[in-house]
Amino acid sequence: MRRLFALALAALVIVPAARAQTGDVTRGRHLYGQYCIACHGANGMGVIGGRSEGQKREGPPLAGVGALAADFYLRTGYMPLHEVGKEPRRSRVLFSEDEIRALVAYVASLGHGPPVPKPRPERGSISEGLKLFTDHCAGCHQIVAQGGFLTGGVAPPLDRATPTQVAEAIRIGPYLMPRFSPRQITPAQVNSIVRYVEYAKNPDDRGGWAIGHIGPVPEGLVTWFLAATALVGVCLVLGKRLGRG
Amino acid sequence: MGRARAFLVAAAVLLVGRRRKRRLRPGEREPIVAVPAPKSPDAELVAIGLLFAAAACGIAFVVIYVLDRLPAQTQLLGLALGLAFVFLTAALTVTAKWLVPNEELEDDYPEHEHPEEQERIAQVVEESGLTRRKLFALALGAAGGSIGLALLTPVASLGPALHLARFYLTPWRRGTRLVNEQGEPYRADEIEEGSFYTAFAEGADKEGLASSIVVVRLPRNELELPPENAGFDARGILAFSKICTHAGCAIALYRKPMFAPTDPQPALICPCHYSTFEPATGGKVIFGPAGRKLPMLPLTIDAQGFLRAKGNFDSPVGPSWWGVRMKKPTS
Repeated sequence: MRRLFALALAALVIVPAARAQTGDVTRGRHLYGQYCIACHGANGMGVIGGRSEGQKREGPPLAGVGALAADFYLRTGYMPLHEVGKEPRRSRVLFSEDEIRALVAYVASLGHGPPVPKPRPERGSISEGLKLFTDHCAGCHQIVAQGGFLTGGVAPPLDRATPTQVAEAIRIGPYLMPRFSPRQITPAQVNSIVRYVEYAKNPDDRGGWAIGHIGPVPEGLVTWFLAATALVGVCLVLGKRLGRG
Repeated sequence: MGRARAFLVAAAVLLVGRRRKRRLRPGEREPIVAVPAPKSPDAELVAIGLLFAAAACGIAFVVIYVLDRLPAQTQLLGLALGLAFVFLTAALTVTAKWLVPNEELEDDYPEHEHPEEQERIAQVVEESGLTRRKLFALALGAAGGSIGLALLTPVASLGPALHLARFYLTPWRRGTRLVNEQGEPYRADEIEEGSFYTAFAEGADKEGLASSIVVVRLPRNELELPPENAGFDARGILAFSKICTHAGCAIALYRKPMFAPTDPQPALICPCHYSTFEPATGGKVIFGPAGRKLPMLPLTIDAQGFLRAKGNFDSPVGPSWWGVRMKKPTS
């Protein structure tokens, strides 16, 4: 009797969950057909060399990219892309939370792909994160994650990247970024990197003004154009003659 | 006429001025001819107030330093010391402008002190008979020339001139294994497409210019290696010197397309001046100031699956200098 009760309870919990899952996938397929299919093709097969209405319509296949990539591109506002071939930029998220969940579920159902990672920055160490970030990320993203440039693209600043998005980007390598497999950067190391990126959003500026955290150039500009100008002004006041102008 | 009189007066003043000073008796003071000091008790009070404010800021600095637990400690320390100096400056300015008597006096420039002697020296120089004129000119030329040479010598720092062999020396030879920063050898199946790896010559000094390389893997059908680099890849794995051929920075940036049909092609980029090298064509320069291709290292995979060098670099490693293209690298 008790076993039967447990079974019934389990059915009560699992069946709606499963139905919600399939419901999401169905809804996601509709949304995909509306917004994504022109560039990513039917069933996420990808499109190469496509055109419509005088515009390029090309996009990579999505089968096998998993929930991880869909979650990243939709929640950063990278997709839908304004113009094919342009670098995706962080912009306003156009889908609602429900729609994103549906689309992520649909893309995940297209093939075996990685799930959305759950980084645990509290388990990482800032100093290890700093070292890993220096080795793998700082070349493009700058040491305090302020972003930078490379020929043909921009490495974005990470001030608005959530821990999940940082962990996702490491695996995807969006646009021109290299991708890093779990063998190259283990999930434990990802925790440390995420912790460092979180720290870099608000580092303790012992010197006062952060001036963009981009090193000696802006600091020198402040010295020369603000401090030196003020000092010259003081000198003029000191040297001025009283009464006679 | 007026000039002559002015001259006479000046000469008289000079003569009088040259007389020895009278010695002062103890307690006696030299009489000073000056305007009386302005009487402004307000300014005096202000100056004293400012000096005390400066003193207070100086003490505040010490207090903040000793407390050592205020939230914005560094900023407060800077503020205290800065304000102390500002108050001190203001106090001294007030003192100088309103408390110390100010007077402007005009004076003519003094005459030349020894006009006759100066003229005589000029005459001596003019009439002197240099007997060894040629030797003198030679010595003068030698002095000028060698000083000029001394100033030009640093030009030699623009490029090496002696002991050139070490610039072509690399730790790579046939069979050298590729190891990571911890010294563990790289296996070929570790190297994945879309990522990049830094490797070193096994057993070599990692700080050595020619030791560090970047390793990437490209799809084999995307390789367009020139004839001289044919066979340099090991199943699509390519290795290049990590040192930029322009100014010797480390090549720390690798870009790879997310979606090859629309995105820029794979490239290794130096962050110093954005020299951009294309791995698919053997390290050709496609952008930036670098004047020659990135040196490429031929690779092979041994029986255990480890990556090994198949020989030395195809061109000398490191920043370019005048003779860098003269020889091939040696092991």
